Amino acid sequence: MASIELRNIRKSFGIVNVIKGVDLEIRKGEFMVFVGPSGCGKSTLLRLISGLEDITSGEMLFDGKVVNALAPSKRGIAMVFQSYALYPHMTVYENMAFGLTLEKGKDKEDIRKRVERAADMLQIRDYLDRLPKQLSGGQRQRVAIGRAITRDPKVFLFDEPLSNLDAALRVATRIEIAKLHEGMHETTMVYVTHDQVEAMTLADRICVLRDGLIEQVGTPMELYEKPDSIFVAGFIGSPKMNFIAGEKAANFDCSTLGIRGEHLQIKDDGIWEGTVIHTENLGADAYVYLEMGAEEPVVVRLEGAARYKSGEVLRVSPMQDKVHRFDEAGKPIR
Amino acid sequence: MTASFDLWKLTKTALFYLLVVVIVVVSVFPFYYAILTSFKSGTDLFRITYWPTSFSLQNYESVLRVGSFPRNLLNSVFIASVTVLLALFLAVTASFALSRVRFRGRSLLLMTILAVSMFPQIAVLAGLFEVIRFLGIYNTPWALIFSYTIFTLPFTVWVLTTFMRELPIEIEEAAIVDGATPWVIITRVFMPLMWPALVTTGLLAFIGAWNEFLFALTFTSSNDTRTVPVAIALLSGGSQYEIPWGAIMAASVIVTVPLVILVLIFQRKIVSGLTAGGVKG
Repeated sequence: MASIELRNIRKSFGIVNVIKGVDLEIRKGEFMVFVGPSGCGKSTLLRLISGLEDITSGEMLFDGKVVNALAPSKRGIAMVFQSYALYPHMTVYENMAFGLTLEKGKDKEDIRKRVERAADMLQIRDYLDRLPKQLSGGQRQRVAIGRAITRDPKVFLFDEPLSNLDAALRVATRIEIAKLHEGMHETTMVYVTHDQVEAMTLADRICVLRDGLIEQVGTPMELYEKPDSIFVAGFIGSPKMNFIAGEKAANFDCSTLGIRGEHLQIKDDGIWEGTVIHTENLGADAYVYLEMGAEEPVVVRLEGAARYKSGEVLRVSPMQDKVHRFDEAGKPIR
Repeated sequence: MTASFDLWKLTKTALFYLLVVVIVVVSVFPFYYAILTSFKSGTDLFRITYWPTSFSLQNYESVLRVGSFPRNLLNSVFIASVTVLLALFLAVTASFALSRVRFRGRSLLLMTILAVSMFPQIAVLAGLFEVIRFLGIYNTPWALIFSYTIFTLPFTVWVLTTFMRELPIEIEEAAIVDGATPWVIITRVFMPLMWPALVTTGLLAFIGAWNEFLFALTFTSSNDTRTVPVAIALLSGGSQYEIPWGAIMAASVIVTVPLVILVLIFQRKIVSGLTAGGVKG
């Protein structure tokens, strides 16, 4: 329900500049994911939006109004923390109702209705009388999300909500968050993660951050197909994009050649030659690692199973239209 | 080999329990003997016995009926309770600031608070006396509440600050996002989580105030404003040369019992309070 605009936002802790001038517009009802390696400032940026940290310079606008000096509770936001941050001494119901009971003139019956509606959405109705310590990690995170929903926020903030869960639960909760976004399509959501799979699967648009600056903003497919820099190309996609420098790149008129594992074909008349050093069979697909004299082995992704032995010599070719060419500054040549 | 090993193990266990028995006897026997004496009367008092031989409540009667002892008891209860409440209120709010609010000179302030408790009572007695005279609270319960709070606060603040630091910052931030003011965070989020620490420090403050003698002797002058420790010390018999041992013992027992009961009630909380922060719950 709210659009967010960041104008030249900067944040420093003492002499350390963490956010170094970010301009960004998050549209109404959009699911925006901040992604980047650790220490890139993505969590800090989220905390600036939430109001838990003060902005050093620049302007933050919600629906066109400057909110720099507004307290978190006045911004109409709700936040889900990595560590759940439930109140340990309160039952699930009290946890979810706490924010509402602090608002003056709230009807008790109204609070109960809102809590129960949120609990139904997340299937935690049966746990309303329990304490957080009696719940599993996944249930706790659902309560934390429920607590945020109850407040009926304009902006929903997630700070790495899945990183404390195990792999299976992470996928299940991810799907639940995606469903939540569909069900609350008017609510703007901002989500921080270091996991590019979460970013790709959840986001309407992804914002890739690096060292306190935005590298690229775009839809997941834009980032995958048209990365604006080597950094984005290497960060988005799994397995990581192969980068080949030197003579092989020079043949393509660039200083670094980027090619994804799925865009390499093993052919008898392939233009490059490499020795198999390792294969990983994942069932539906397989990764073949080739030694080609580059710094890192080149990964080829194949459908189905791979039956190559280590030491075998293979010839590969990139698909011509899937090649990413980068100049010396790491910028794409198009 | 096994036999000698078992023997060694047995000896160790035996020695351990022997040590326990010695410690218990040394610490409990005086109290036991006080109880024993308090039930004796007349010349029985001066015959050494280790088991109850006679039983009479005469000493208790005389303590509670003659003189101002009941009044002193009430004084003690009032002063110790108010001291605890005041100290906890100040310490909780202070430790919130000291553990959560970033400001210049915070660690210096913390060290200063600790340094205050370095001075022995006798060193500040004269100065404090002047302050109390100046404030016009000499010979009132407030003189004692004031001085006890001063002496309890450093420890209380220090313990609560350490404890509050251990509380996860995210819980506070979640409360901020929920719209809680610092006061709401302290009273509705932090205080319920801090019960073990509050009970521990509160109880220690209570015991301190309950047992204190020097200030109580100096800052009060009339029988009606004295607290129990001073009252017991000043209990006098029929003549200058008669020490009313029976009455003194009865009074001591009356004074000790509330503390024992309090400690027994809260002992679990005390243990968890003293070890809190060592291991993540």
